[in-house]
Amino acid sequence: MNAPMESFEQRWTSSPEGFRVPYEVFTDRAYYDKEQEKIFRGETWSFVGLEAELPNKGDFKATAIGDTPVIVTRDQVGQIRVFKNRCAHRGALLVREPRGNVKSFDCVYHQWSFDLTGALRGVPMRRGVRGQGGMPPEFDMANFGLDALRVESLNGVIFASFSSTVEPLLDYLGEEVVDTIQRIFNRPIRIMGDQRQYVHGNWKLYAENTRDPYHGSLLHLFHNTFGLYRATQAGVSHMDASKRHSILKVVATATPASESENKEVYKDVRSYNTDFHLQDPSILAGRKEFDDGSTLIINAIFPNLLLQQIANTLAVRQSVTYAPDAFEIVWTLFGYADDDEEMQMIRMKQSNLIGPAGLISMEDGEAVEIVQEAVVRDGKKTSLLAMGGGRAENVEHMITEAPIIGFWENYCRYLGITQVRVA
Amino acid sequence: MSPVSEALSSTSTTDKAAKALLPLDDFTWNSWSAMETQWRVERLLSRYVACIDEDDLENWPEFFTLDTCRYEIITRENVERGMPLALMFCTSRGMLVDRIVSLREANIYPQRWYRHIISNVLIQSVDAECLQVQSNYVVLQTRRNGQTDIFSAGKYLDRIVLSKGELKFSEKRVVVDTHRVDTLLVAPI
Repeated sequence: MNAPMESFEQRWTSSPEGFRVPYEVFTDRAYYDKEQEKIFRGETWSFVGLEAELPNKGDFKATAIGDTPVIVTRDQVGQIRVFKNRCAHRGALLVREPRGNVKSFDCVYHQWSFDLTGALRGVPMRRGVRGQGGMPPEFDMANFGLDALRVESLNGVIFASFSSTVEPLLDYLGEEVVDTIQRIFNRPIRIMGDQRQYVHGNWKLYAENTRDPYHGSLLHLFHNTFGLYRATQAGVSHMDASKRHSILKVVATATPASESENKEVYKDVRSYNTDFHLQDPSILAGRKEFDDGSTLIINAIFPNLLLQQIANTLAVRQSVTYAPDAFEIVWTLFGYADDDEEMQMIRMKQSNLIGPAGLISMEDGEAVEIVQEAVVRDGKKTSLLAMGGGRAENVEHMITEAPIIGFWENYCRYLGITQVRVA
Repeated sequence: MSPVSEALSSTSTTDKAAKALLPLDDFTWNSWSAMETQWRVERLLSRYVACIDEDDLENWPEFFTLDTCRYEIITRENVERGMPLALMFCTSRGMLVDRIVSLREANIYPQRWYRHIISNVLIQSVDAECLQVQSNYVVLQTRRNGQTDIFSAGKYLDRIVLSKGELKFSEKRVVVDTHRVDTLLVAPI
């Protein structure tokens, strides 16, 4: 680990070729700590769960924002609440199970008890035992509730914030992201389950990866290998007005690329091979379920969420950070409550495509780790973001790294990093 | 239950068998004694993991029945929540083959070695068509730098049938305790 920076004054200089990101941002503990303060616990909204995970009063789940443990629960009147997962007494983890249902949150250490609104309701031996012990007269239970976060939901997607001043959720997300959430969460969902992926790398490498339409057909070769890729499928690479979120969208095109066009586009690519065919193509069988014809939407929501529709796989991916070189991706896949059995089976089969064992997604973990391994030193050296012109601009294609630049410009804004662009 | 809803259910027949009373130690199956059946089942499991550990994955689908079979790797976390989502979910021999072709030709992943350790092989129920067998497994994973870690621990819940004189899996459910996958999962368990 590098020595902590005494004052966090950073200056990033980009070159005429494109946006430059110093590698130390992926390895230095000072950046990591600053991110916890200024991003995860700062002026942002973080994803914490889906209301469908907490259908009943008293249901809870334990998760984390950045690396701060939090509890998400549904209280006695049905309201979603989020607290730091920490007893107000001596700081013990209050909830030690990943999920469950309770009437109150009781710390195992000294059995301090909090109701579902976070208020302290019980302190054993508060008045002492047979005149011995007891809390001092100044002790006021009202001062020792759980630390509550701000909570807002959009169509059952729960976000929480440590900030009392961050803008309302809808303003934070912006119109196009709100539309994307409302499009996918257009009716009650049914959770299919979770997949968890531990990656030995920095969480921002995954934030880059999920804002990177350029890598899709080059790293993930499942479709190419089985002769299923369409090189010229129509797509867009958009950001919200603030450019911290991104929306990558593919629309099934009316004029698929010809074989010769595919061959031309992929002539420099290590694998463009149509000799293989799926023995059981039912893995890709699906149904059109959105009127707009989009077959793929990758919506990265700053700082910790990715919302996806890939064919009929619907999922949220939450990033939980552990250290500069470790984070976890929690994949939660879902369908709709009104899916018939055939549709449920379609989603189960297509789930083979995504997640840590996903035929078209497993490579992302590897992509993160090979960068992490290579940048362990040379922190002032930089990566280059130039494809598509090197500026954070919305484009109506996928051959760009612009949304990654949008991420970094916001990152610099949150952390107070000065950006200089040399003309 | 319809076949589809049965397939979607996270508690399959093998789970139910696991909870059922254990059969007597003595039985006869296809003219084999209990001891001989146990020996043949253990040989099947040993050959199965050797196929994976020796990177002979092209032959891995051969361990499954041809007509219908089911192979899935599902986390204990999802099973206990009654949720169907698996890490791998294959419902035909063709899907098994496609997994291996994808691994060989398409997917990008670091070179790693698996080493399976199997124990506690327990035949749980016996009927005319099949055996329900539970066993524990551990997969050790060795990275390029020589470091070995426990990659996955869990249990196999197998439904084994006799097909043309050979034991085959008609269903293999790998229930994974290690629900947090270390980076990625490309090879079968």
